[in-house]
Amino acid sequence: MKVHEYQAKEVFAEFGIPITEGGVAFTPDEAEQITRELGKPVVVKAQVHIGGRGKAGGVKLANTPEEAREKADAILGMDIRGFTVKKVLVTEQVGIRDEYYCGITVDRDARMLVLILSASGGVDIEQVAAETPEKIAKIHIDPLVGLWPNQMRRAVFSSGIDTSKIKEISSIIHKLYKAFLARDCSLLEINPLVVTDDGQVLALDAKMDVDDNGLFRNKDLLKYREIGGDLDEYEAFAKENHVTYVHMPPDMRGPVGIAGNGAGLVMTTLDVVARAGLKPNNFCDIGGGGDAEHSIKCIETVMKDPDVKGFFLNVFGGITRCDIVAQALVDYADNFPAGCPVVIRLTGTNEDIAKQMLEETRYTFVSTMQEGAEKIVELIKGLEVGA
Amino acid sequence: MSILIDKNSRVVVQGITGGEGTFHTRLMMEYGTNVVAGVTPGKGGQKFDDKVPIFNTVLEAADSEGADTSIIFVPPAFAQDAIVEAIDVDMGVICCITEGIAVNDMIKVYNYLAMSDTVLVGPNSPGIISVDECKLGIMPGQIFKKGPVGLASRSGTLTYEIVDQLTRAGIGQSTCLGVGGDPIIGLSFIDLLDDFEGDPETEVILLVGEIGGSDEEIAAEHIASEISKPVVAFVSGRTAPKGKRMGHAGAIVSGNKGTAESKVKAFDEAGVPVPISIEELVEEIGKALKK
Repeated sequence: MKVHEYQAKEVFAEFGIPITEGGVAFTPDEAEQITRELGKPVVVKAQVHIGGRGKAGGVKLANTPEEAREKADAILGMDIRGFTVKKVLVTEQVGIRDEYYCGITVDRDARMLVLILSASGGVDIEQVAAETPEKIAKIHIDPLVGLWPNQMRRAVFSSGIDTSKIKEISSIIHKLYKAFLARDCSLLEINPLVVTDDGQVLALDAKMDVDDNGLFRNKDLLKYREIGGDLDEYEAFAKENHVTYVHMPPDMRGPVGIAGNGAGLVMTTLDVVARAGLKPNNFCDIGGGGDAEHSIKCIETVMKDPDVKGFFLNVFGGITRCDIVAQALVDYADNFPAGCPVVIRLTGTNEDIAKQMLEETRYTFVSTMQEGAEKIVELIKGLEVGA
Repeated sequence: MSILIDKNSRVVVQGITGGEGTFHTRLMMEYGTNVVAGVTPGKGGQKFDDKVPIFNTVLEAADSEGADTSIIFVPPAFAQDAIVEAIDVDMGVICCITEGIAVNDMIKVYNYLAMSDTVLVGPNSPGIISVDECKLGIMPGQIFKKGPVGLASRSGTLTYEIVDQLTRAGIGQSTCLGVGGDPIIGLSFIDLLDDFEGDPETEVILLVGEIGGSDEEIAAEHIASEISKPVVAFVSGRTAPKGKRMGHAGAIVSGNKGTAESKVKAFDEAGVPVPISIEELVEEIGKALKK
């Protein structure tokens, strides 16, 4: 789960990580009001679940409450890489002396958390890592003994940052680590961590990804979940209905709706369909062991985008029972648009019962994934020619 | 011969009385797996299907029935505890089917595991099968056929699809396993490559990878320097978009890491064929077996 900067900063505040004062505004009026109360020049920052908002014009300075209103008016409603800005963070401006990077994330290969500290903040850390690796300190944290002061000192001394601030920075790192574990994060990042003109150390930005599998311990974080925050309307519909669904990004999206059982098989189905000549529109994993109603919801989700011109279901039933999927296909039959090609591949447990159940339907049956991919592409292309 | 498990494995099922545990324990026993005990805290003293004794702890199951191999079906919030319990009783092999364990919990468990002699397959694994000897997991047993291909995969159903086509082509398997779809897992491809390299029954090794992480890249490097048997690989997710979790928690491409291109390139450089369709994959394995 992604959370917004202002929400991550609430978590920072809870753990004592120093942040700038400010508030969230949903309207230009509120932005003006917050600025008036702060009585200081402010930064107005778009709150969207996507990076690169600065470059997109989603972060602006304002010196007066009136100016804050204008800037908020310009940013609210703005489209940043497909996401509409619905709220802005209005926070005090500070004079920046140094900008650093401080983050904790999961290193899958090392199977540990890794602390990353760098003297080059405010920029893309992957770029820093590639271009100037000497400006980055990476410290792996053994989960069985935790993070030690000597590791934080090593990070500070080897990252090129101002060592006179070692006490403040170590304290922030320690709090960041505590927050990371307590809140079951998969990423917690301060970029930039700044030293101000008057020597204060502050988290000027905050990025936090929460591990969905840890939410059972952090139910209070569910208030940050925004259906539609990083999901489009189809993905939001899927989420509400507990359907595993991915809508392809607009630039990769085609006319083929795809469902199957198991992530690996469905991913491969996408690949095979793409190679057969048409782009997939989406991806749906109907899972194993579900009931017919769940399968119906899955089909409904896949068919929801009006750009879907045909449906390909690829099921290799090991645990998934073909007869249950067949029941869903029988029940849903009348809901497919007239003339919409539907290609079905159902193999495995109770396959014969499934075939009997589907005898009366108008679906096209195939016996392999490859054959199915070629068939759905052929049928959809046929529609285009016919039209 | 096979790897990890065989007909002598004495299996304890942790979470034997839950829905999944019950269903799959029956199927495992039908396959011929030697299930010697079950564990459900509070139900010690009862019997599963009038046959298998149930204990309150894994320790009792090990002491009383000589269990040396564990399979875990307990819900995610309790699974890390179940794995640690099995490690503490020195199980030789643990296979964790549970999906949805928190990453930070698995990091802790993995680093504890690393200090023991126990090996862990999963979590979020479909299981391990040493064909005609022992099935430890949820795979459909009937699609497998005994033979010379050792298979390690990051996926469940895709593995069934591939195995089914191998079997139909008359190509059998020694041991097949799913390493698990999570970001933090126990055994990874390189460990299994070494195991298959040392297994006289395995003649060709098949790795079924997918986007996300860098297990395939690490495996490719290892193959070039350490593995003498022919290896064939498959990479799923060539059309997957960046930044989207493709069903498996581990299958996500972030930044430039974990892309299908990078994995295919690594295998290419190691001289490992990476066919793009399952049909071609089966052909390639057939060719490798003839060499």
